[in-house]
Amino acid sequence: MTGNGAPLLIVNNIEVIYDHVILVLKGVSLEVPEGGIVALLGANGAGKTTTLKAISNLLGAERGDVTKGSIEYMGERVDSLTPSELVKRGVVQVMEGRRCFEHLTVEENLLTGAYLRKDGKAAVKRDVEMVYHYFPRLKERRDAQAGYTSGGEQQMTALGRALMAKPKMILLDEPSMGLAPQLVEEIFDIVKDLNEKEKVSFLLAEQNTNMALRYARYGYVLENGRVVMDGAAATLRENEDIKEFYLGLDRGGRKSYRNVKHYRRRKRWLV
Amino acid sequence: MDLVNVLFIAPFLDMADAPVFLAEVVISGVLTGVMYSLVALGFVLIFKASGVFNFAQGAMVLFAALTLVGLMERGVPVWLALIGTAAVMVALAFVIERVMLRPLINQEGIILFMATIGLDFLLQGVGQIAWGSNVKVLNIGIPNKSFEVGGILLNEFDLFAALIAAVLVGVLAVFFQKTAIGRALRAVADDHQAALAVGIPLKTIWVIVWSVAGIVALVAGIMWGAKSGVQFSLSLIALKSLPVLILGGFTSIPGAIIGGLIIGVGEKIAEIYWGPAFGGAIEGWFAYMLALVFLLFRPQGLFGERIIERV
Repeated sequence: MTGNGAPLLIVNNIEVIYDHVILVLKGVSLEVPEGGIVALLGANGAGKTTTLKAISNLLGAERGDVTKGSIEYMGERVDSLTPSELVKRGVVQVMEGRRCFEHLTVEENLLTGAYLRKDGKAAVKRDVEMVYHYFPRLKERRDAQAGYTSGGEQQMTALGRALMAKPKMILLDEPSMGLAPQLVEEIFDIVKDLNEKEKVSFLLAEQNTNMALRYARYGYVLENGRVVMDGAAATLRENEDIKEFYLGLDRGGRKSYRNVKHYRRRKRWLV
Repeated sequence: MDLVNVLFIAPFLDMADAPVFLAEVVISGVLTGVMYSLVALGFVLIFKASGVFNFAQGAMVLFAALTLVGLMERGVPVWLALIGTAAVMVALAFVIERVMLRPLINQEGIILFMATIGLDFLLQGVGQIAWGSNVKVLNIGIPNKSFEVGGILLNEFDLFAALIAAVLVGVLAVFFQKTAIGRALRAVADDHQAALAVGIPLKTIWVIVWSVAGIVALVAGIMWGAKSGVQFSLSLIALKSLPVLILGGFTSIPGAIIGGLIIGVGEKIAEIYWGPAFGGAIEGWFAYMLALVFLLFRPQGLFGERIIERV
């Protein structure tokens, strides 16, 4: 648990505009320490995915632009690099919705992740085995077309594919999407494992606040393109607003829908 | 009754009457089909790796053939002219990526398609301005003698074309299935953005694909040019490869070959046995009608990538 090293990634007050008109991020700042797991929380449309894509520079392909602020990785500005240059430096994004290459087999999917590596076939092969070690299920399905594997297997393939690039940092977008709770837990356990054993830092965008705060050490809450709150995961979990709006908890534990309040508690950060 | 006879009985009786002649028709169809396949291959390559339907493939065939002939007319030896033309096609790929594809990144497929129509006109024009628009003879020494095997007349040139096509397909299949670059090409075809996210540099990939398609166009240009002369109409054979693509599937290299063979054989047989019933010249539209039927019943073609649907 080395969650307190020097920041690996610093996002400083970025603003993102899509199509030259739609202002999506209105000044987001965050830090990911070396070896940390940082959660980016928020509802639909809060700007989580946009933040991740701004960092990985995939925005350009969606006509988005970072118009203000700066992004630094290992002390260097990286705002104007191409995604593949960024992958070379060790930042890989696992996109929302898994996005496997459907017509390639699971193993071919993994190998595409190693496209930029120059350290030889033996090393790549060793890393394929490493991925199979973390995801034994992929080994069984290695020759299956990725399009025909289950959602969980696809998420594993996507994560494994990212690992093949030997990243220092993975931008993980909504890994729980569309998966059974048990599988979500399995995936998060592996994320934690990878963080501890392979020293990969994670920036994790999640709607599943409960899950994310159990595994992350620090969290940022996004709303309408702004960071409205941040803090250590443990602190966030105890926060009344987070409990009410993101965890669905009442003072006395799980929220009961028998006595629903007819007013909504005012979010304190809006005052 | 007469109609039934003409359409469903007489043609088959004719076939049974003269089996050697039938064999000759089929073989000549197969060999024409191979020539269609050569052009169709170029389409498949680009479509497979970038989802762009390259309308300019026919013009690329013409452009390559014109460049080759032009170089040879200026006294360049054949082997050097071949290398030079290949180099021109690779350079063309770089220019296309830089000037056309890069500014249009992430646009709709239809917009890229329109851009390739522009490219089509440009290549036809530039090629003819640079090398002249008169019909030229391309002779790079491919044997062209006829001989007989078991009473069937064969032509060395056609066999040579078939051999070239087979080698080309073999090489491409290995390239796509076994190499890291081929794998990356297939990945890009599946999902551009995901490919970007794992670090595959799209620009490089596009240059590679268009270069390969350019070289395939060169091969097709050589074969067609040697067969029917290098002239403007060369760029129109691209239209004949559309039904081939619809039959074989836009994403399948073997499909382009099989589709070409079916179209080639189909139109020859149709012309000779059913032609009289329609007043002849059905070779011209038979392929398109076949494509229409395929579009109605099997839109992904015979070997196209199955549309994966998870429930």
